[in-house]
Amino acid sequence: MLMFILRRLGVMMLTAFALTFIVFSLTNLQPNLEKLAKSEASVRMTDDQVVSWIANNGFDTPMISRYGQWLGVVPGWVKTMEDGEVRGRCIEKGADPAAAPVRCGLLQGDWGVSTVFKKPVSQILGRSLGQTGWLMLAVMLVMVPTALILGVLSGMREGSRTDRVLSTGAIITTATPEYVSGVIFIALFASATVGVSPLLVHLGLLGSPDALFGARKTLFMGTATSAMDHITFWNFALPVMTIALYGIGYIARMTRASMTEVMTAQYIRTARLKGVSFRQVVMKHALRNALIAPFTVIMLQFPWLLNGVVIVETLFNYKGFGWTLVQAATNNDIEMLLGCSVVAVFVVLVTQLISDVGYVFLNPRIRLA
Amino acid sequence: MTSTDWDPSKPILEIENLSISFFTRLREIPAVMDFSCTVMPGEAMGLVGESGCGKSTVALAVMRDLGKNGRIVGGKIKFKGRDLTTMSEEELRHIRGSEIAMIYQEPMASLNPAMKIGAQLAEVPMIHQGMSKHDAWELARQIVADVRLPDPDRIINAYPHQLSGGQQQRIVIAMALMSKPALLILDEPTTALDVTVEAGIVDLVKDLGHKYGTSMLFISHNLGLVMDVCDRLCVMYSGEAVETGNVVQVFDKMRHPYTQALFRSIPLPGADKNSRPLVAIPGNFPLPHERPQGCNFGPRCDYFQQGRCNAADIPMDTVPEGDRHQTRCLKWAEIDWDAPLKARVTKEKAKIGKVVLKMEDLRKYYSVSGSAFGGGMKKVVKANETLSFEAHEGETLAIVGESGCGKSTFAKVLMGLETATSGSIMLFDENVESTPITKRNVDTVSSVQMVFQNPFDTLNPSMTVGRQIIRALEIFKQGKSDEERHARMLELLDLVKLPRAFAERMPRQLSGGQKQRVGIARAFAGGAKVVVADEPVSALDVSVQAAVTDLLMDIQRENGTTLLFISHDLSIVRYLSDRVMVMYLGHVVEMGTTDQVFQPPYHPYTEALLSAVPIADTKVERKRIVLEGDIPSAVNPPPGCPFQTRCRWKSQVPGGLCDREMPPVQVLEGGHQIKCHLSADILARMEPVIKIAAE
Ligand SMILES: Nc1ncnc2c1ncn2[C@@H]1O[C@H](COP(=O)(O)OP(=O)(O)OP(=O)(O)O)[C@@H](O)[C@H]1O
Ligand code: SF4
Ligand code: SF4
Ligand SMILES: [Mg+2]
Repeated sequence: MLMFILRRLGVMMLTAFALTFIVFSLTNLQPNLEKLAKSEASVRMTDDQVVSWIANNGFDTPMISRYGQWLGVVPGWVKTMEDGEVRGRCIEKGADPAAAPVRCGLLQGDWGVSTVFKKPVSQILGRSLGQTGWLMLAVMLVMVPTALILGVLSGMREGSRTDRVLSTGAIITTATPEYVSGVIFIALFASATVGVSPLLVHLGLLGSPDALFGARKTLFMGTATSAMDHITFWNFALPVMTIALYGIGYIARMTRASMTEVMTAQYIRTARLKGVSFRQVVMKHALRNALIAPFTVIMLQFPWLLNGVVIVETLFNYKGFGWTLVQAATNNDIEMLLGCSVVAVFVVLVTQLISDVGYVFLNPRIRLA
Repeated sequence: MTSTDWDPSKPILEIENLSISFFTRLREIPAVMDFSCTVMPGEAMGLVGESGCGKSTVALAVMRDLGKNGRIVGGKIKFKGRDLTTMSEEELRHIRGSEIAMIYQEPMASLNPAMKIGAQLAEVPMIHQGMSKHDAWELARQIVADVRLPDPDRIINAYPHQLSGGQQQRIVIAMALMSKPALLILDEPTTALDVTVEAGIVDLVKDLGHKYGTSMLFISHNLGLVMDVCDRLCVMYSGEAVETGNVVQVFDKMRHPYTQALFRSIPLPGADKNSRPLVAIPGNFPLPHERPQGCNFGPRCDYFQQGRCNAADIPMDTVPEGDRHQTRCLKWAEIDWDAPLKARVTKEKAKIGKVVLKMEDLRKYYSVSGSAFGGGMKKVVKANETLSFEAHEGETLAIVGESGCGKSTFAKVLMGLETATSGSIMLFDENVESTPITKRNVDTVSSVQMVFQNPFDTLNPSMTVGRQIIRALEIFKQGKSDEERHARMLELLDLVKLPRAFAERMPRQLSGGQKQRVGIARAFAGGAKVVVADEPVSALDVSVQAAVTDLLMDIQRENGTTLLFISHDLSIVRYLSDRVMVMYLGHVVEMGTTDQVFQPPYHPYTEALLSAVPIADTKVERKRIVLEGDIPSAVNPPPGCPFQTRCRWKSQVPGGLCDREMPPVQVLEGGHQIKCHLSADILARMEPVIKIAAE
């Protein structure tokens, strides 16, 4: 088992290098650099000026060397300007060049500075990941149990009415993209003019300090900005539901498929004919076998969730990882983008690892290596 | 426990006029009709019949587990006097597993792959007797020891996949016995197992039945097994019971034409293939919704009488002097049951000619990787070890052995689907050993052909039968024009005794036996000189097996083909082969003419194999030699003699030679070869396994 994990970690590292290198090369393409130069220095630079800006900021070294610097394995570039000033990757403006470290990159904890937020990338990432972490946690807490329960309920008796209703629901939710369901949610629950809120106000359940749901004008809040400081049911439910809904449908369908298959297995009949009650057949005999497949799916769902996070955070103006990523991308913030991609790659690979290990753990048949 | 008012002299199980139907979108399928049978306490009742006749359906009806579309449409099933058909789910749950237990065919599929053996066993008393977990596990351990599994402590903590097929089946039996049920239903419990393993399981079932006084309903299509295990039997045909009675009576004095036909279609030891040929039952089994009027067996019955047999439904009739002997035949009193079989035109045996195939020191090793995640150590599986033999023109050479002994590998090497690791194969003096099939010339390919075990997988489902045979002719470059090939195709259909109209049919419109005939026709399309038949009849019903076997022999007689007949069924091997080669773990342990192999001296493994084969003949006495344990894995064969882990003669060899050294091949008189350390005088003292009692 240990060998297996170690081998997996090795492969993971390699993949991580390959992926970050690709992202690095794409973000550091010449046109991007030119754009950067213009946005950082002056929009009205001549082409020559652009070239020298690029050179002066250390972007003229070969791609592979820059990648090494960024990682922190290759010493950062150092240059003496025409005016005698010594500039370098690792030398802060006005600091003593001699005191600066030789290498500064990911490995040294130096993720660069964001050009949009004017702050170190690591700081921004830390903050936004924290925000997104809460969102993800809430999504998982809602999504996984709901999806598994729905899947098991419908797969337990294939073709029953429960099954048909739940399956249809699942298909509808997976067929609805987050930006559609998000907008529908807002219209239904977070608009002062349409949906349920005006009705509740009319009934006196909302809109006055002593009303059942509080003094707000809408039942749920259409933005989740306030949730960054203080999470409440009313400001967080809609974004969480928007992301979770999609996943619920998907995982529930996987669980259902795997459950129906297990329920027709010979050993389930054995259990039934041993006199095990239906409840126990499901709980003790079917569940573990039925969860092997969805477990993998849930883990692979994490990276997918990132996708939903981007949309939902933008839609609800919640300044988490997804929102940051959008800002970085639209503003050509190279260091920030790179930082985000490192995080994304890391999340994908770690969930992969967990899913593989968990699979082995759930399935005794392959628990040998 | 539950029923205190039940009198033990009354039947345990009484099935009265039971009818069961399956409801599909198209129609109602009456799977079982008007079925009655009675099982007394401690009695073992056998249920025999061809595939699809409704045996499993009856068993599942007793468990009240017919699935969503199955329903009992009439009759009663009384268990200890209480009617199961009207019981509620809750009441049934208390009976299932505690008073009636069921064992079915595939052991691996019957065990939960993600639960430890102990937990699966312990569950039963925990549910039904409210036993504590600790006590239940203790009981599980004890029952595991009872079903004669070695090292019960390790086994109860194992997962199903860590056990062999035979061990799993023992666990399934243990599970059924956990709460000492009054009735045990066994649905083909050993069909998936090897004969020597099967013999062990059957012995176990019988002993445990006696020990606990359990009544049994034993379902099987193997008459020999039923004779071994059961006191009474019930023969089913197309959803009905056609004859019931005690085993000896039904076997010796059957009073239904179907039972008689069934017995005539299975090879019996002691019967010569020429004097007592196998007689196939003509025609096919009717589908449940296409049953004829009157007697179901009518269209295939030799004694059919127009206007009488097909007039109305036929009731069960009691045979007066019998022991609760009943038959569903109108004419049973009129038929002369002792009339000898119509003597068949004795067919001239094909002349055995020159050597066409010669193998020398053939070896085939596979290397497999060790662990589930790739990597790990490479292991070598020695599938075939130093095989040497010759086969002559017109000869049938049988290759016998249990699963994993290397039979199929051997066939693949011969066909060129695999290349040999070393050694040579000479086919008409051409060395084909290391030439894979794609490089062999068309002549060689078409002269060695194969008939496969499963006729269902080898035909292309979307091409007509005629087209498939013509394809084969084209591949073998037979015939000059399309017309010529078409004519040849029709001849081939004649050869395999299929009506010419079948050329237009699709494979799905054929029965299993008919498909196998198409397979045979294809194999002979290129004028094959050597045909390898890998278990050609084991997937077919007994009544059809006879016809296919005879067909193979007829074609052989006409064409002088060399037939390599791979099988585990010794009865059929004895019936049709000239020479026999017995394999165990990749080694040929015995080889000789059929008479030499089936009579002492035997190789110890052959002896056990012979004694394990159930024989459906009350006049045959058989010595029981039950082998301990399972066949060792070919990845990790024992040192010394491959058979030493299970051999009962080992102690007769001095100096522990069997543990250390691979035995030499001893050539006895008549070229009979035995690979064993036993000295000649011990071999000479061996007694025959099968004795035919004097009448
Ligand atoms: N769930 C089902 N739906 C429809 N028809 C069925 C169903 N189960 C069985 N049948 C039909 O009922 C008949 C009896 O089937 P059954 O399985 O009892 O045969 P069997 O004697 O046990 O055969 P085998 O020896 O192959 O196990 C067959 O014609 C089969 O096709
Ligand atoms: S009733 Fe007639 S057709 Fe049926 S088995 Fe008897 S003799 Fe044959
Ligand atoms: S060599 Fe020994 S172990 Fe092998 S079959 Fe002969 S007696 Fe048995
Ligand atoms: Mg069956």
